Amino acid sequence: MITTERPRRAEHSLNTVLRRFDSGQLLLICAAGLVAVAGIGHTAAVGLDRAEIALGFGALIAVGELARLTMPGNREVAPIGAAAALGYTLLLDLSQHPLRHSALQVVAVIAVGMLAGALPHLAVGRPPRLDAMARRLLTGALLAFAFRPLAGPLFELTKPPTSTWWPALVVMVALIALTLMIDVLIAALLRAEQLRTAFRVAVRDELNMAFPLGAAVASSGVLLALATHSMDLVALLVFAAPLLVTQVAFRKYAGIRATYLQTVRALSRVTEVGGYVEPGHSRRVSRLAVAIGRELGMAEPELLELEYASLMHDIGQLSLRDPIPGGATVLTEPEQARRIAELGAEVIRQTGVLDRVADVVRRQCDPISDDPPLSSRIIKVANAYDDLVGPSTDRDRAGAALERIRQSSGSAYDPHAIEALTRVIGRGRV
Amino acid sequence: MRDLPWPARVYLVAVIGAAAALIVRSVVVSGAPVAPADLDVLLVLALLFLVCESMPTLLNVEQFAVSVSFSASLAAVVLLGPEGAALVGLTAVVSVRPGLPLIKRLFNGAQFAICGYVAGWVYEAFDGQVGVPQVNAFDDLIGPYAAATAVFVPLNIVLTLTMIGLATRVRATEVPMRGMGQFLLSYLGYGTFGLLVAGLWATVQSISAVLVLLPLFVARWAFGQYHAQQRSYDATIAALCQAVETKDYYTRGHCTRVSLASSMIAQEIGMGPERVRAIRYAGMLHDVGKLGVPTKVLQKDGPLTEEEFAAIQLHPMRGLEIVRGIGFLDEAYAGIMHHHERHDGTGYPMGLAGDEIPEFAKVIAVADAFDSMTSDRSYRGARPVPEALAELRKTAGTHFDPVMVAAFIRALDREPWQPPRRVEAPPPDEKPIKDHDDPTMPIEVVTGQ
Repeated sequence: MITTERPRRAEHSLNTVLRRFDSGQLLLICAAGLVAVAGIGHTAAVGLDRAEIALGFGALIAVGELARLTMPGNREVAPIGAAAALGYTLLLDLSQHPLRHSALQVVAVIAVGMLAGALPHLAVGRPPRLDAMARRLLTGALLAFAFRPLAGPLFELTKPPTSTWWPALVVMVALIALTLMIDVLIAALLRAEQLRTAFRVAVRDELNMAFPLGAAVASSGVLLALATHSMDLVALLVFAAPLLVTQVAFRKYAGIRATYLQTVRALSRVTEVGGYVEPGHSRRVSRLAVAIGRELGMAEPELLELEYASLMHDIGQLSLRDPIPGGATVLTEPEQARRIAELGAEVIRQTGVLDRVADVVRRQCDPISDDPPLSSRIIKVANAYDDLVGPSTDRDRAGAALERIRQSSGSAYDPHAIEALTRVIGRGRV
Repeated sequence: MRDLPWPARVYLVAVIGAAAALIVRSVVVSGAPVAPADLDVLLVLALLFLVCESMPTLLNVEQFAVSVSFSASLAAVVLLGPEGAALVGLTAVVSVRPGLPLIKRLFNGAQFAICGYVAGWVYEAFDGQVGVPQVNAFDDLIGPYAAATAVFVPLNIVLTLTMIGLATRVRATEVPMRGMGQFLLSYLGYGTFGLLVAGLWATVQSISAVLVLLPLFVARWAFGQYHAQQRSYDATIAALCQAVETKDYYTRGHCTRVSLASSMIAQEIGMGPERVRAIRYAGMLHDVGKLGVPTKVLQKDGPLTEEEFAAIQLHPMRGLEIVRGIGFLDEAYAGIMHHHERHDGTGYPMGLAGDEIPEFAKVIAVADAFDSMTSDRSYRGARPVPEALAELRKTAGTHFDPVMVAAFIRALDREPWQPPRRVEAPPPDEKPIKDHDDPTMPIEVVTGQ
């Protein structure tokens, strides 16, 4: 059966909250919980080392958590918080007085700061993304356990007679790169499990996404750690400036990306309002097409194009004088369908920026012998399936539709796309 | 240079002359402007300045293309003193910006040199120590540095704006002041980068510059992506709206013109940039619901039945239904929903009157009717702009909000309207479609039965 997107709104009972997570996510959240409890417990037992510094950084982490943002692909990030956590982990000294806070204290500060920053969100009804928070905490903890034992020796090197900062700098950069890499792998694992992306593709997607922001956060974190050598806690405020600019830029970027997708999704519905296609057709085809594309190992930028193309695959019908009765293009004359595809591609080409999407739409009716792009083949299969099944969740109907599509496998439809469609339908959720 | 008006030429020569005099004086007074031992610092800072200067438009305020290069100048104020700062600023002449004419390069270099020099003086006047600061002397740096920034930034802006004002004959007061506050603040904020570079010099030398710049480059990249997406988005939304209009031969291009006219009115009544952007999209999307009205109702000759009129009255709500999923300002939704309300309360779908009508809807209503009147229709030719404005003025207070009509007329005085080109005769099988937006052709409804 085909269900709508999995629920994302706040659920009230703990049971339903937990059921929203896959096993990998649950494992991650439990691990983060344990580390946080260990950190806070240990710190409570032995007391805070240099409480005012812990407080300052904790406050900045909280602010960063408060200002978290959602990047394309529903990825939650908190760059300012991450940089502050990084800075606190890497601190060697404050105005030439060595700092000896333990890794567990770092974990405690990060955990408490994150919780404090998440509370206002909770208060206005935005529940925390537990898995994203857990990942941020674990990444911070990992770096803390690797770096804190080295902090003392590295600081000794910066004092006369050696007076060099290079070893410290090299160790910092190397460890940050390592932790970021592990973070990317964890993120890719989760994503592969959650969305059924191939792991290799997921790693590439996560790397592309994480690299720019990761570089900005890492350099700000190192900058902060170095700055406290000559400045006191004022550094906290001054250092935040470069990262603030970055955060603003990314927020705007993420915002327009989200609006873009929402707009195409919304405007794809005009064909339904105009009575050209069945209600919900465009959305169902696009979900199905994206699921098939993911199954076939397409990377995220390609999937986005596939989503746009599948949402707008029927837009050419707007140029027709009157709706085709019933609207289902799998049953219309091939000539008519081809014309609709051409008209639709023409509309999309008008944008001047979505040329590849236009090409996919134009070739959505081509037989396999014409070698259309993969996205076009996927849309053709998804469209045919939805024309035959519609919003129905009846298994027999789904089976019959698949059977009918398979009859034209290799001539009208791509066999790989049909295979993937069968797997997606068999899983019972798109 | 020849096409510059003479005051601009005089000003240009004066600025360049002043910069040259300052540099010559420093050479005469102190022998060499920068001690040979500091040459490496000068080189790194000049390089930093050049890299930044070659990549402007970091800011999100659209009217200004500004780079953060000046923070390198300010770092030079601390590390090298006024002469060094002037030399660093002078490198703007050779910045890698293809197509920038020599005149502008000379002016940029000269004004940056003057600003650097003056900021250096101020820094020293506030007891700032020139040279690589001691690791524990950071706090002493903040005060003089802030003073130097506070002088550098306004001086830089004044020098540049004067040049722009003289060269383009735009009065300085017409430069949009709204963005100015935000602009100045972020400008001062970017000044802190220079402080970071100078303050960390003793610890890790030029690495500090890399660490400061990296987040900025990433930010620049993200801003670039944002602007690219924004342009792509605007093009896409326009193309999709035009696709909705293809059904009606005569209304093509209506959405983009309503969008333009709405944003003109919005700017005239002083809406902020965010709201102007929102109303642009609302104007673009205001009629997407029209697709829900059956073609035969739109084409019907003669009075409509009540059911048919109801189908027309429903189209703003249909439109709202479609766009509700887009994360706009709520105001944009209200504008789409109520763009056919009338000032006297006789409009649809809700029959709101006067101040009950949301501001966006009042704006779009005027723009919508104006474009309808100045475009060709199957049953009449386009009216000239003055005639359409006279009609708007006549119905202001009954149909339209007088404030919006007045604002639109003011905006048109400044920026003349480009009416759409004449529509060629449609293909013979084209049936005429009544335009529901046309205020001079009210929809007739059969009532009473």
